[in-house]
Amino acid sequence: MNNISIFFSKIGHSIKHFFKYLFKAQNENNPSYAKKFIRNNGVQSVITSLICILVGLLVGYITLLIINPEGAASGFQTILLNFLTFNRGELELKYFAKTLVNTTPLLCCALSVLFAYKAGLFNIGASGQYLVASCITLLCSLVLHLPWYVCTILAIIGGAIMGSLVGLLKAYFNVNEVISSIMLNWIALYVVNLIIKKSPAWNDSVNETFNIAENASSSLLPTLGLNNATGFAYFGIGLFVAIFFAVVVIIVLRRTVFGYELMATGFNRNGAKYAGINEKRSIILSMAISGALAGLGAPLFYLSGMGIYTCPSVVPQMGFDGISAAFLGGLNPIGAIFSSYFLQHIMSAGAKLNTDMYCSQTADLIVGVIIYLCAFAGGLRIFVNKLSNGEIKFHFKKKKNRPQMLKEDK
Amino acid sequence: MVLLIQYTIIFAVVLTVVALAGMWSERSGVINIGLEGTMVMGALAGAIAMRYLPLTIPGGLYVIIVMLIAIVAGILYSLLLALAAVTFKANQTITGTAMNILATALSIVIVKAITLNDDGKASVKLEFIEARKFFVVQLGGFEFNWFMLVMVIILIVSMIVLYRTKFGLNLMSCGENPQAADSNGINVKKMRYIGVMISGALAGIGGLAFIMGANSSWQFDAGVNGFGFLALAVMILGQWKPFLIFLGAILFGLLRALSLSYTSFGWMALDSTFYLVLPYVVCLIVLCITSKKSKAPKAEGIPYDKGLR
Repeated sequence: MNNISIFFSKIGHSIKHFFKYLFKAQNENNPSYAKKFIRNNGVQSVITSLICILVGLLVGYITLLIINPEGAASGFQTILLNFLTFNRGELELKYFAKTLVNTTPLLCCALSVLFAYKAGLFNIGASGQYLVASCITLLCSLVLHLPWYVCTILAIIGGAIMGSLVGLLKAYFNVNEVISSIMLNWIALYVVNLIIKKSPAWNDSVNETFNIAENASSSLLPTLGLNNATGFAYFGIGLFVAIFFAVVVIIVLRRTVFGYELMATGFNRNGAKYAGINEKRSIILSMAISGALAGLGAPLFYLSGMGIYTCPSVVPQMGFDGISAAFLGGLNPIGAIFSSYFLQHIMSAGAKLNTDMYCSQTADLIVGVIIYLCAFAGGLRIFVNKLSNGEIKFHFKKKKNRPQMLKEDK
Repeated sequence: MVLLIQYTIIFAVVLTVVALAGMWSERSGVINIGLEGTMVMGALAGAIAMRYLPLTIPGGLYVIIVMLIAIVAGILYSLLLALAAVTFKANQTITGTAMNILATALSIVIVKAITLNDDGKASVKLEFIEARKFFVVQLGGFEFNWFMLVMVIILIVSMIVLYRTKFGLNLMSCGENPQAADSNGINVKKMRYIGVMISGALAGIGGLAFIMGANSSWQFDAGVNGFGFLALAVMILGQWKPFLIFLGAILFGLLRALSLSYTSFGWMALDSTFYLVLPYVVCLIVLCITSKKSKAPKAEGIPYDKGLR
């Protein structure tokens, strides 16, 4: 008995020492490990994003409560857990794989927005670039039956051309990239709809394109047995290609002269020109690469076999969701991988809500709130930073020992 | 031909009002990409008001109440932008984009919740067949609606207030050089809040005018069909000046109306895609020509920081 209590007190003692070690400053210039951890840039980004997510979810829960208080708890659970509520391992794995396939184009659009933003451009036209790439993918696979890598390369070129158009207008005519890419979104939508509807890829009887998995199986992405492993027939290498490009983006931006030039131009166009950078070329290339990344999403999604194009009447949400994912991921490609998965997880869960009580757009609402808060991220990060530096202190107790100068003066 | 003129005027009214909304915000120094979302919220509030207001209210009063509700909704929604962009110095473009995403989702959630609650079946459509009759007056084959009058008033008032009053000049100075304005005792943050709120009010009523222009019901999953963005282009085309904006809006209204009425002209029977794309292509070309010597407010998009010079 005695031994055990000594043992526990020893453990308690060592835990106490461990925390002391963590939180105690080593000396004046060398803050404690805990403080170092929280002052890390990456950690602060993650904390900021988590705050955005938490507040977004809170708003979502309140919305559910307002619409119908009875089902709010279970509805919220559905949104948060999505396929994890199925209670059957293989089914959960299958839906996980499905969500991953859906995440792929979102990740590509997020990378596109992120790359442009790092180069000082706001690419709101990822939707249009994605649309053009979708059109090329569908034509190459369903009509020409080209192998997947050819389709992918052509689609990327298509996206890059759309992107560089915005860059050209910006570089040579000083047209604001936000306005021009919005206009190009709509132009792309109408033209792509026209082309697809006139092409043999269009199945008039069901008002959508033919199924790629059935009609163009030679163009499908290789699966390397992943489809059998996960139980989801359309799970191929798409996601891994996208992740590979995420890593490439990091390397280009952080480790190459080329990436540095693009970022320098974004930071100060005239300064870059002064430093001998061809700033027009930089702007056009930044937008072309951004467009190419958005375009990459289309073949990786459609050639999984899952995608069907239905000629929407409004610009698809994909590019705008990409903006959300990029900012939620703290403008970091690795962060974008997690944030785009999270957003896809939430959005696909929206469709699983009980339609007698709620509508699937509740999930989109949550995403909307999260991205709105992400716009604050700059300010929020300054707050987190100040908090970790001890510049903001919370006073929970009343100050007792307030210096009472006035009384003494009297 | 009547149809073409009818649609041209409807679209020109909406574009003028919403482009003026954008102008007020940008003149005070805040880029308002969220116009599209604000229009949706104004339209939504108006449509809900028309669903629940009893038709026994006299016509004139009814019109005013519905318009005021749309205005208030627009102002409230635009406060989201003012809060983020002015108080918290957030990136204005991202905030605006977020507002657009949020507005579409929010409007669908609200409309579906209302229809589910009332009719037992969720739908994205709100109808205002009876209420719309208060808003229109038939003059021969031509349908006149009260928004046209409102637009003229807004245009004239905007021109007078912006150029001929102390308030308007103060507001413009906040968009050009906020530091100088501040040193003259102008409260820059307050001015920008007011600019964004005027913008919200106009965008709200513009959204209502858009959904009521030619329809007696509206499907809220389509937002406002990108008219907020088109209005931004009109604003740039009009070089942030009210009367030029009005002229630009007529041009774009005409181009947009063509896509709805070209079938009535035999010789214009091209594919509809051509007419749908036309306004956007013309817009891009015009932007190419005008953007080189743009008269954009110099401080737009930059959060005001007292410490900067």
